[in-house]
Amino acid sequence: MTTQKARVVEISPLTRVEGHGKVTVHLDAHNQVSEARLHIVEFRGFERFIQGRMLWEVPVIVQRLCGICPVSHHLAAAKAMDMIVGVDQLTPTAEKMRRLMHYGQILQSNVLHFFHLCSPDLLFGFSAPADKRNIFEVIKAFPELAKQGVLMRKYGQEVIQATAGKKIHGNTAVPGGITKNLSIPERDALLKDIDQIIKWSEDAVLLTQNYTRDNLDVVKGFANFDSSHMSLVRADGAMDLYDGKLRAIDAEGDTIFDHMDYRQFDQYIMEEVKPWSYMKFPFIRSQGKEDGWYRVGPLARMNTSDFIDTPLANAHHQRFKHFFGNKPAQMSLAYHWARMIEVLHCAEKIKLLLLDSDLQGNELILKGERREEGISVIEAPRGSLFHHYKVNENDQVTYCNLIVSTTHNNTAMNRAVTDVAKTYLSGKNKITEAMLNHIEIAVRAYDPCLSCATHALGKMPLKIEVYDADNKLIDTASQFVKQETQ
Amino acid sequence: MSNIDPKLTTLIIGYGNPGRQDDGLGPSFIDTFSNFIALSEYEENKLNLQSNYQLTVEDALDICQYQQVIFVDASLEGESAFHVDEIKQTNDTGFGSHSLTPYALIQLCQTLYQHHPKAFIIGIRGYEFDQFEEKLSAAAEANLNQALAYLQKILRPLNSDECTPLEPHHA
Repeated sequence: MTTQKARVVEISPLTRVEGHGKVTVHLDAHNQVSEARLHIVEFRGFERFIQGRMLWEVPVIVQRLCGICPVSHHLAAAKAMDMIVGVDQLTPTAEKMRRLMHYGQILQSNVLHFFHLCSPDLLFGFSAPADKRNIFEVIKAFPELAKQGVLMRKYGQEVIQATAGKKIHGNTAVPGGITKNLSIPERDALLKDIDQIIKWSEDAVLLTQNYTRDNLDVVKGFANFDSSHMSLVRADGAMDLYDGKLRAIDAEGDTIFDHMDYRQFDQYIMEEVKPWSYMKFPFIRSQGKEDGWYRVGPLARMNTSDFIDTPLANAHHQRFKHFFGNKPAQMSLAYHWARMIEVLHCAEKIKLLLLDSDLQGNELILKGERREEGISVIEAPRGSLFHHYKVNENDQVTYCNLIVSTTHNNTAMNRAVTDVAKTYLSGKNKITEAMLNHIEIAVRAYDPCLSCATHALGKMPLKIEVYDADNKLIDTASQFVKQETQ
Repeated sequence: MSNIDPKLTTLIIGYGNPGRQDDGLGPSFIDTFSNFIALSEYEENKLNLQSNYQLTVEDALDICQYQQVIFVDASLEGESAFHVDEIKQTNDTGFGSHSLTPYALIQLCQTLYQHHPKAFIIGIRGYEFDQFEEKLSAAAEANLNQALAYLQKILRPLNSDECTPLEPHHA
């Protein structure tokens, strides 16, 4: 056997993943993968930036964190500020407007992720040439499906615009309530297309369900590992994306904790810092650092929830659970199926809310007894999102801690990357582009929002670097986005 | 929905994150431009302005209806205060919701509807991007003013011409 030095393969940044990240694959002298790590280039300055701001500004400012899930941050911050202004129960109009906004957000985000970022992998195969694995090829091969994706995403954005005032960075959720209701013309405009959206959503569920069934060997063999799962659930065990209590289950489906008031989350959840990543590694305190990691997001929500309170999504949820033997689904690629069931649920919820006259109510904002601390959890598209603030007597923020969904999934994503790297890269003399894409597919299944880096012109390389055991760069390849101009 | 509407002449889209210093050059351009010029001087639909945090896939549906689209974004590179380039031919398959480029968007128009408007990008040189701060750097603001003055002059004939396309330009 030829003696080789240990080396490191870097994939940086990941393509078709929100934000920027880097994967390093550590090979030993015999080209066996010893470890793979997902490095997060996350900007941690936001929590400092928010300090000193007025509490009523926070729900608007936090949206600067992200261009793809601003509504989730907007609502999580507003919920935390509700607690500070002493409002534990919003008016029906305010809560339902916020919920409508939230369902629009999850619908558009999940649709964007599946149709435009992941579908090329599923439709063309993991090893398809790089120039085939993109949305443009999907449009050519499956034009109706691709157009549905664009129109569904547009619909979700219209729901956001009607409820949040703007498609991106709305400002209607305020401490204690909401600043607008839904007008009849806004309602009617959204009702016009909702049945079509529900139909397309169910088609998307069937597409992902059939993919899972028809490619079960691939799905089973790809980043499939046991873990715990956590999400909010309603008091009766139903999936609830906007509010509820926290439930965590272990790999067998047994309860770790249930009906946990998220305002005491720090008694149950801790965060570990590792020197090679800016992103923390949360774990369930009672399970310890090694075993306490868990997954959040659509897959976790399917596993933790007893049922879904809309009929079509519930039927698919029961089918999903049955398919996995009524045990927690552990296959990373099952995230896609779970994600589309959530889209269907959101579409059904949107219709129910549009038909609810409470949305035309005029009681919008409440006030209560002022508190100095606010904590909220919301189920964002990617999973549980925690916001924690303290304010002083002048209404200025003195403390801010955010645990975003991607942080909850940090260990799971590292585990997924390592599993896939060991399966597809170990023992290979040449690392092909298709092999590297397998790693990206594993990360993409979690729909991570790695950071909200600036996007300005000139910043889009896909760079792969190979280092030897002495950390000397021995190979490099770049795949720049081609931008042809006159 | 997808055909060019002869009444819709020029759309200017400024995009970026105003909370990340000079990344907000695009939205600042739109804010200032809308004050700088009197939109009422222009005939209806001759000139429309949009500001957003990022470009999105559904923007393709709107863009496809215009004769001309001008994207305005911060630029990380270059010696000049701003540059204007025509998006003449695209082969951009890079696609993410944080990183959807005008190039990819124009290609999306073309792929979805087999046509796209004439498209230009104005890149205004920015320098500071790494902090959370809702303020442009002084140097970026100076560049912004140059770009504003340029475009104001260029777009004046819009009322008389059906569509006055930009030309590549470096200043």
